Amino acid sequence: MKEDTRKTPRVGLFVTCLVDLFRPTVGFAAVKLMEEAGCTVEVPMAQTCCGQPAYNSGDREDAAAIARQTIEAFEGFDYVVAPSGSCAGMLKKHYPTLLKGTAWESRADAFSGRVHELVSFLVDVLGVTAVPAAHRGSVTYHDSCSGLRELNVQKQPRKLLATVEGLDLKEMANPDVCCGFGGTFCVKYPDISNKIVEEKTASIAAAGAETLLAGDLGCLMNMAGKLHRQGSRIKVRHVAEVLAGMDDTPAIGGGGR
Amino acid sequence: MEVTSPQFKQKSRKALADEQLQRAMGKAKSGFIGKRKKAVEALPEFEALRSSARAIKDHTLAHLDLYLEAYERQVVASGGRVHWAETAEDARRAVLDICRSVGARTVTKGKSMITEEIALNDFLEKEGVRPVETDLGEYIIQLRGEHPSHIIGPALHLNKEQVEEDFRRVHTELPQARDLSQPESLLGEARQILRPQYFQADVGITGANFLIAETGTSIIVTNEGNGDLTQTLPRVHVVVASIEKVVPTLEDASQILRVLARSATGQDMSVYTTFSTGPRRPGDPDGPEEYHVVLLDNGRSSMLGTEFHEMLRCIRCGACMNHCPVYHAVGGHAYGWVYPGPMGAVLTPSLVGVERSGHLPNASTFCGRCESVCPMQIPLPRMMRHWREREFERGLNPATQRFGLGLWAFFARRPKLYRLATSLTIPALSGLGGRRGWFRSLPLAGGWTRHRDLPAPEARTFMQQWRDRDTRKQDGGAA
Repeated sequence: MKEDTRKTPRVGLFVTCLVDLFRPTVGFAAVKLMEEAGCTVEVPMAQTCCGQPAYNSGDREDAAAIARQTIEAFEGFDYVVAPSGSCAGMLKKHYPTLLKGTAWESRADAFSGRVHELVSFLVDVLGVTAVPAAHRGSVTYHDSCSGLRELNVQKQPRKLLATVEGLDLKEMANPDVCCGFGGTFCVKYPDISNKIVEEKTASIAAAGAETLLAGDLGCLMNMAGKLHRQGSRIKVRHVAEVLAGMDDTPAIGGGGR
Repeated sequence: MEVTSPQFKQKSRKALADEQLQRAMGKAKSGFIGKRKKAVEALPEFEALRSSARAIKDHTLAHLDLYLEAYERQVVASGGRVHWAETAEDARRAVLDICRSVGARTVTKGKSMITEEIALNDFLEKEGVRPVETDLGEYIIQLRGEHPSHIIGPALHLNKEQVEEDFRRVHTELPQARDLSQPESLLGEARQILRPQYFQADVGITGANFLIAETGTSIIVTNEGNGDLTQTLPRVHVVVASIEKVVPTLEDASQILRVLARSATGQDMSVYTTFSTGPRRPGDPDGPEEYHVVLLDNGRSSMLGTEFHEMLRCIRCGACMNHCPVYHAVGGHAYGWVYPGPMGAVLTPSLVGVERSGHLPNASTFCGRCESVCPMQIPLPRMMRHWREREFERGLNPATQRFGLGLWAFFARRPKLYRLATSLTIPALSGLGGRRGWFRSLPLAGGWTRHRDLPAPEARTFMQQWRDRDTRKQDGGAA
């Protein structure tokens, strides 16, 4: 916390649909990081998905309905935080666009001001400079597109990773190039998506790190899925898991617990 | 040019399997990106220049009619003529009429995407006028009967060995034993072949990077000098340009020039920046006797004031495609019309209709790299999304997609039902994934599993586990 005089920040966790369904560990890691940084974290049950599948498919009506539902579910929190640059970008940058000119315009704008991506929230808002975690081994970090270009998430994760005891960051070539996930793109144009992710896994492999990290589960599942198909032994995790010291759980695709 | 964008998927599969193309794209990609980055980093005021370039175009577009009229007045005052062309057909006719009026048999051409847009070469040829492309890349693809695969590098899809093969096939009058292994030798040979053509041509056709309203000047930027010869040596110079190329003053053009070459090739300036104002004046040592401008609309004026208005700021630098992972993967021809890459994905639907080019705005990961490098700050992903919205409104996307999306949205809009459905299916799917933790194939997930494995869900959903945690907390608190 930058100021001790302020009350404990009350954070609403936007879990994201992929974390909810595929990798709850990321959600718990996010909660742990924020609680350790002095926040109270709550999880509104009325959330589902940020609405990107509809928004990016041209279905504005459903996207707007989901936006209103999400804004309503997170009313009253000091902050709304998502362990994903893509979903946080949707909430922060695209909800106001989507609801512009409607009765919800000012609510969407106010909501937008409270939304943050997890790692940027820790560093830029809470002023966290170090995490008490340890991770033995080397990692490489992929910059997911929305977090990078919509929310300027780039230095923050590297800053915190540098404070993880025992962790060796080996940068890959072009960490800022898309992995080919692109939401529904990867199933609508699987062959093109495959070509893009092949290039990505080649840079990942060339970096020579044992573990791949990123801040978005969609990208991570895409890269992990390709690495696994290629027979790679590189482990894949959300950056929050390592920052929270929760790397004792199986990596993505490591089997149920 | 025929629109083959509906076959985008088939064409992209073919492109992905084309080893020559993949090799050429690999080289092009690293070259363009590195050079732009270096040029931008060397100019601290680049970001400020971007904003001022954008402001110039925004201002011009807001008063486009006035600036076009002013431009025409200045062209006429300097002894030239402006031919207004609402459609591609009008533009082709105007060019042909000029050619006919001087009995032209051969025309030389500088590089011009607008003449590609109006399919001028095929038309002139049918009418008995022989077009000769003088830009090296354009010359190569003309020999091959192809279209440009990139707006500033028309032959970007080719490797030099392929060009050597074409030159040996066509230039049969030259000695077989000549060395064509280097790019320089290929360029030298093209120059040698093209040189006499400039003198034979009756008409020289160029495009324009800028039209200057205050002076009636057209500006082209080139690296080979072919543009200068094309417009200086023949008797007649025809500029074919679209209406959004106009800017108010020479000062404005020089501002935008500072971001153009840097964004395109990483040069500070292109090798030649050539200004043409009217025909040769008394006492001029050279220059054409006649100077014509064919001003093409072809749907652009109907973009004004719409969600696609900002696309008219585009200065055709190619930075968006140079940085696009999808363009890198499939090359320019897969896009199926004149303009490829992100700018093509926005412009093509505007000019030929989204019903014929729906794949283009959909085939994007929305990674946003195009917008981040666009010197004119055009929000390309946002406009691609607008095209998707138009498609959705008109029911143009496939029924299976609409059904899937509808089903998903039904649940996503009903949190309680969503919770119930996911709390039943996810643990089941997790169990199905078993200890291996991965699916190699799964019903309805073929798009995903064709090329990659799908990680099985860890266990129960986060929400299920969170509720348990809350319950435990409350129990603990009560005890």
